[in-house]
Amino acid sequence: MTLAIASAASQGEAVATYILRRLGLALVTLWLLSVIVFFAGQVLPGDPGRAILGPLAAQSAVHALDQQLGVDRPLVTQYWSWISGLVHGNMGISYQFRSPVAPFIGAALENSVKLGALAFVIVVPLSIAGGVIAALNYGRATDRVISVTGLSATTVPEFVSGIVLIVIFGVELKWFPVSASAGPGASFGSQLDHLILPAIPLVLVLFGYIARMARAGTIEALDSDYARTATLKGLKRSVVIRRHVLRNSLLPTITVIATQTGYLIGGLVVVETLFNYPGIGRLIFSAATAKDFPMLEAGVLTIGVVYMVATLIADVLYTVLNPRLRLGGAA
Amino acid sequence: MSLTAPVGGAGGAGPPAAQVAVAHAPASRTRTPWALLLRKPTFIAGGVILLFWVVCAVFGSSIAPHSPFAQQLLDTNAAPSAAHWFGTDQLGRDVLSRVIAGSRDILLIAVAATLLGTVAGTALGLVMGYFGGIADILVGRVVEAVLALPVVIVAFLFIVALGPSTGTLIVVVGFVFTPLIARTVRSAVLVESQLDYLSSARLVGEKPVQIMAVEILPNVIPAVLVEFTVRLGYAIFAVATLSFLGFGVQPPTPDWGADIAANYGTLPAGYWWETLFPALAIASLVVAVNLVTDSIEQVLAS
Repeated sequence: MTLAIASAASQGEAVATYILRRLGLALVTLWLLSVIVFFAGQVLPGDPGRAILGPLAAQSAVHALDQQLGVDRPLVTQYWSWISGLVHGNMGISYQFRSPVAPFIGAALENSVKLGALAFVIVVPLSIAGGVIAALNYGRATDRVISVTGLSATTVPEFVSGIVLIVIFGVELKWFPVSASAGPGASFGSQLDHLILPAIPLVLVLFGYIARMARAGTIEALDSDYARTATLKGLKRSVVIRRHVLRNSLLPTITVIATQTGYLIGGLVVVETLFNYPGIGRLIFSAATAKDFPMLEAGVLTIGVVYMVATLIADVLYTVLNPRLRLGGAA
Repeated sequence: MSLTAPVGGAGGAGPPAAQVAVAHAPASRTRTPWALLLRKPTFIAGGVILLFWVVCAVFGSSIAPHSPFAQQLLDTNAAPSAAHWFGTDQLGRDVLSRVIAGSRDILLIAVAATLLGTVAGTALGLVMGYFGGIADILVGRVVEAVLALPVVIVAFLFIVALGPSTGTLIVVVGFVFTPLIARTVRSAVLVESQLDYLSSARLVGEKPVQIMAVEILPNVIPAVLVEFTVRLGYAIFAVATLSFLGFGVQPPTPDWGADIAANYGTLPAGYWWETLFPALAIASLVVAVNLVTDSIEQVLAS
């Protein structure tokens, strides 16, 4: 689609149009997401006052709380005040802590980014290497082992692998601490030491899918005409792989890595709860158990935004890095 | 059940010998995928493990050595021994019995949720792919929005709003899978709608519902089947995770995820058997489903 435009207009213009279009679509999706979150958080529970105070509270107290929370207003008014507040950075007041939600989300997000970043730093080179090795050994035992292990690792829930890791490395061997928090003011090294064990379940879940995509891309590139031409003109296999195959096969992998942020965040809920780490996942979990709907909605929406920004960046990167759409250089 | 539907009605008015060959072709095709599957060691391994857990789910307490609910308060946190192969938990309940009985709920919920999502998703995908237009665009955007959130988080949001119960869990997980399955079915339908047999069906005057159910559906069944097995793996993942977080199967019902949540606090004290065995049970079930899925995908692709 974008290619067709590129031939008509100048390439730079085409890329700009594409990015704008992509941004517009992201905004539409974001709006839909806010409707879903609002529906689940404020329409489905029925009576939030009753939900918070429990079945035994007096009806008058429930009414008073509903009024105080503003949930007795018409739905459209509620949605409007909620969404316009969000746009201005006002995420609402937590039912649990009776104070604004935003600072909690900010602090938790920062912690989660640390854990998520560590997982990504480990998993990206590992899974790309795994996928490429599998592709180079296509159909052989090495390929089968990497593929099946990857597939299994991806679908074993994080708390299951987390438990096994805690038993082996935390309890039996005592190599790593069992809790993820290093405490306030801890050094970088100490924080890293605490975060390695929780990062591994996330790495396992992400590994399979990224490796699978890297494998598929590499197989396709190996099978292509340009790879055959490069081989036939006498280039060494290692040069063909490095210069022709990998450049093309790893491009789609970038997009895949970005879409994995979603799974990563889903895993954070479990891993942060298991390892008692104060990130956004545990914040959402505790908001859910306490029926703190403003906190829950803000947390879920934040995750949605993070995911959409990540996929947007990936799409833009893909467009900019794709040699068929390279900016500036007149062909 | 036919895994690969016959491709188009070749033949027609030919010599009798050719007609006989055409008539026999579908029968031999129905047998081939099974024969191919049964020759795959990964399928056999996955199938055996799966069968083992199905037997445990069906017979549950009757094959467990102890009652999964019986508390022996004088024998709590006992390490694995001849009397209790997998040890006992904090309340002195036999871990092996709870692992055996715990297979029931997760299998029931995961299969029911996946079935629900597959049926709803296939119907939605057929409509999206066949009609296209506004319905397609609208659903496509909703799919994007749902995809922006991890399955566990969406499920979470709705379960908190509706209150945890087995029914809620099935409906919510099925609901989250619906757009994902619809997307796969939609692309399969789009491929089919390019083919001549649909134009013929339209010309003959078949109604859209009839075309979708009778003409297209049989041809996208292989794609639906693969999607079902893939989603089953994710459903087990999601249900186990939700139970672990306390939003799934509620105690004291034996359940792997819930039992891990109840006992992982004792890990630092060294009572690893209370959590490790349910964890291995979940891992084995998930890996088994994946081995089966992988084999089916390979057979259908070949």
